[in-house]
Amino acid sequence: MLATLTALAQADGEFARPAVDWHALAPDLVVVGTLCVVLVADLFLPDDRKGLLPSLAGLGLLGALVPVLTLAIDGADRTMFGGGYAVDNFALVLKALFLVAGYVVVLLSTNYIAEGDYAEGEYYFLLLSSILGMTVIASARDLVSIFVALELLSIPAYLLAGWRKTDPKGNEAGAKYYLMGVFATAVLLYGMSLLYGVAGSTLLADIGAALAEGESVPIITLAVVFCVAGFAFKVSAVPFHTWAPDTYEGAPTPITAFLSVSSKAAGFVALVELVLIAFPGRSDVVEPLLWALAALSMTVGNVVALRQTNVVRMLAYSGISQAGFMLAPLAVVGDIGDSALRTIVTYLLIYAAMNLGAFTVVMAVARRTGSAEVSSFAGLFEYAPTLAVLMTIFLFALAGIPPLAGWLAKFVAFQAVIDAGTTSAYVLAVVMAVNSVISLAYYANVAREMWMNPAPDGDRTPIRVPVSLSAALAITGVLTLAFGVTRWATSLGDLAEFVATVHR
Amino acid sequence: MNNNEFLTDWGLTIMVFLPLAGALAMLLVPKAQEQVHKWIALVATVASAGVGAAILADFDYDKTDTLQFVVNARWIDVIHARYFLGVDGLSLPLLALTLLIVPLCVIYSWNHLPDPRNAKAFLILILVLHTGMLGTFAAQDLILFFVFFEVVLLPMYFLIGVWGGEQRQYASIKFFLFTLFGSALMIVSFLALFFVAGGETFAIPDLAQRLADPGQFGLDAVPHTTQLLIFGGMFMGFGIKVPIFPFHTWLPDAHTQAPTVGSVILAAVLLKLGTYGFVRVALPILPEAAVSWAPWIGLLAVIGIIYGALACLAQTDMKRLIAFSSVAHMGFTMLGIATLTDFGLNAAVMGMVAHGLITGMLFFLAGSVKDRYHTLEIRRLGGLLVKAPRLGWILGFTAMASLGLPGLAGFWGEFPAILSTYQPGAGLSEVTFRVYMVVAAVGTVFAAGYLLWLYQRTAFGTPTEEFADEDIPDVTMPEWIAWVPMLVLILAVGIYPNLVFRVTDGQMSSVAQALAAIGG
Repeated sequence: MLATLTALAQADGEFARPAVDWHALAPDLVVVGTLCVVLVADLFLPDDRKGLLPSLAGLGLLGALVPVLTLAIDGADRTMFGGGYAVDNFALVLKALFLVAGYVVVLLSTNYIAEGDYAEGEYYFLLLSSILGMTVIASARDLVSIFVALELLSIPAYLLAGWRKTDPKGNEAGAKYYLMGVFATAVLLYGMSLLYGVAGSTLLADIGAALAEGESVPIITLAVVFCVAGFAFKVSAVPFHTWAPDTYEGAPTPITAFLSVSSKAAGFVALVELVLIAFPGRSDVVEPLLWALAALSMTVGNVVALRQTNVVRMLAYSGISQAGFMLAPLAVVGDIGDSALRTIVTYLLIYAAMNLGAFTVVMAVARRTGSAEVSSFAGLFEYAPTLAVLMTIFLFALAGIPPLAGWLAKFVAFQAVIDAGTTSAYVLAVVMAVNSVISLAYYANVAREMWMNPAPDGDRTPIRVPVSLSAALAITGVLTLAFGVTRWATSLGDLAEFVATVHR
Repeated sequence: MNNNEFLTDWGLTIMVFLPLAGALAMLLVPKAQEQVHKWIALVATVASAGVGAAILADFDYDKTDTLQFVVNARWIDVIHARYFLGVDGLSLPLLALTLLIVPLCVIYSWNHLPDPRNAKAFLILILVLHTGMLGTFAAQDLILFFVFFEVVLLPMYFLIGVWGGEQRQYASIKFFLFTLFGSALMIVSFLALFFVAGGETFAIPDLAQRLADPGQFGLDAVPHTTQLLIFGGMFMGFGIKVPIFPFHTWLPDAHTQAPTVGSVILAAVLLKLGTYGFVRVALPILPEAAVSWAPWIGLLAVIGIIYGALACLAQTDMKRLIAFSSVAHMGFTMLGIATLTDFGLNAAVMGMVAHGLITGMLFFLAGSVKDRYHTLEIRRLGGLLVKAPRLGWILGFTAMASLGLPGLAGFWGEFPAILSTYQPGAGLSEVTFRVYMVVAAVGTVFAAGYLLWLYQRTAFGTPTEEFADEDIPDVTMPEWIAWVPMLVLILAVGIYPNLVFRVTDGQMSSVAQALAAIGG
């Protein structure tokens, strides 16, 4: 954007209004409208009618899907603001993911927030703001718009993570996330400023051209490392993962689901944009860095997850390990190019479905037991067989057992890595193979509690699942089963391509 | 569309997914209606077997080496996976075995539901397992094969873990982790294979063609080391499933802890997925690597034969003894495969069928003995022929079949396997394999030893004091219905082995010819 503005200012010295394609902006605008409506409605709604707020937020998010669909049917790639904002297939698939995942998070929040004596209006306002940041980042093709979108999605998330303000763990969650996040942002911003210094432009495409042509100077390496590190924090890759478990445990559970799915996906989106558009000339730096991040995340995430006794913490570490799998195609990006993009998008779609599903079950169970300890799942199959079966499906999907969706995600990751055909790629593939076996142990551990151990205290009162959670379970459950045996997820992932010319 | 066309186009699909449809129907029925669940499960498995019987009848037995009833449709385009099913002389006997065993298991479960009962969940898992097994034997695309191959894991994990014995939790996770480790390496191999073959297809016949004649497809010849490594990954995947020594340690635990029906399916069908994988996938696609690996596979096979037999002699638990006998028997099957000859491969497929019938039957018997005596400790049993003569005679008959008595099915699995090692395939050392032959022959003596010893201690003599006055019921009606077909088949295959050989021979000769071309 900055580049555009300066360019526009230089042309004749007169400011020309950039052409705005309202259709292309419509999804984001619908979200903006919704969050304004929610904020205003909160002021005028009496306390006993606040239940309308989540419905409004949810409807707004689904409403935003309509222009996404019309844009998809239209099919034309649209770029604006001198190439800094693109609505291509990649952006559309990711926007749809963020909107649907956001809708599921609203469903998860409905009862939790209403029953928990939290401020409702502000909660949904902040949640929608964060989702807006995500839909924007899917289109951002310029350092400035990436950064603005990143802050737009992060700052509300810091607040939401500390939403349980009376609970010390909630405070810890918010504070840790905020401090680590701000630190990572600073590192990222420094990296971006170096990139601008080298390339003389904030457009990713220009940076890509400049890095590919220019000589290899240490400052470029430094810039690349800083940028990657900044987003490694966002996707909670080892060694930038330390905030995740504490934040996940202390944050309200719907927000934990939101952070582990949407926020992580947003980090990947930005990372993919940078690596594929801005850094393709520098895969010599990117590859080893991401190779190490991927292998470390998988292994450390898994090994630590083995020792967890709390399901939410376990899911946090499992998410770290899954992030390692998603990073793996980027670790061989020089050899496989854009197919890394397809792979990661497919993985993100499947991961969102199964991980949100797992969190939904955790929330449903916690409504009765008030705890997310693994032991509190004991005997679930006896008194809530449907929930137990669904949780089993989500867990083994995460473990990658066919025919549940996760296998396809892992498979495309394997396919991308082995496609590279280099020795380091094969080593990474074997690391992935071993890790997918290790991960089974902790997912199966929860399944074992549910199916094979008796309920504690012999308490077998059934769980009453509210409508909103049932809806979330239905959406995630159907997707987790369908993605595993149909071509849907891979086809959507395959659609996700950047607009051919991001150049001005 | 006439009947035949419909059967050709849809027969396999319907056969594979009927059990799954049954499982979905059962989801809608409340848990308390046990009888309804049993009937749905029975109808689904029998209907699937009925479609299977129609396929069996319509199968062209003069062309056993070509795929029939082929379905080849789009599936997941992006990863080049296709929905490709078909049967040939190799698939057919194993499909028939599966289609026979599972309905019998459902019948046996009629009055033998293990604790904690829950007929709904138990039978749903068996039906899902059934679809997985049928699919594996029918799939001709590596990815489809892989998916079906893995589908069996979850149901079996829960069958062992929920309905199993004392150590069920340990046994179930051990089973799961071992097999998953193998499959993770196997899928890496499949993918490597996909890329060396041009990255366009996962279809097994196409891959075999492409690797046999890379130049014709504009591909580079695959280096020998690469082939060896890819074969190695598959070896882990299939070998753990078989299981080949030294990866067999999950098997005794899983078998011993599993509920009776689980053990039967595990022994009769699941283990065959491994040996089937070798013959279906590994040998035809990577014949060169197979020739290099064969002596080592043979070595592990004969170690398995002797080790399994010795371990049997040391067991005090009847079910564990039968489990270890599986290790030994699967050793014979692997030995047959390792010879890479027409003769050996036919023996291997026969071994799979025979072991499925006989060991499946032995596990049924062990389960029934456990139901009556509430123990399987051999020391405490005895005098079964006095207490329940029919049960005792059936045990005797099956034990004789298991030790390879001529005239019963077991003989045709073991004897040709041993014989085939005398003259191994081209490129293999005669001396090595003749040594294996001698060792394997010694193994049969051990087998006679442990089985006769088992039979003598459980069936002969007088009942032990603790059971002397107890009333031990003889074979019940559901048991008769479940067992008679298996006993008849053990005898029928034993007397007329061409029942199986005639079907398998065509396909096995063509595999062996390809191997001989490489080795020579």
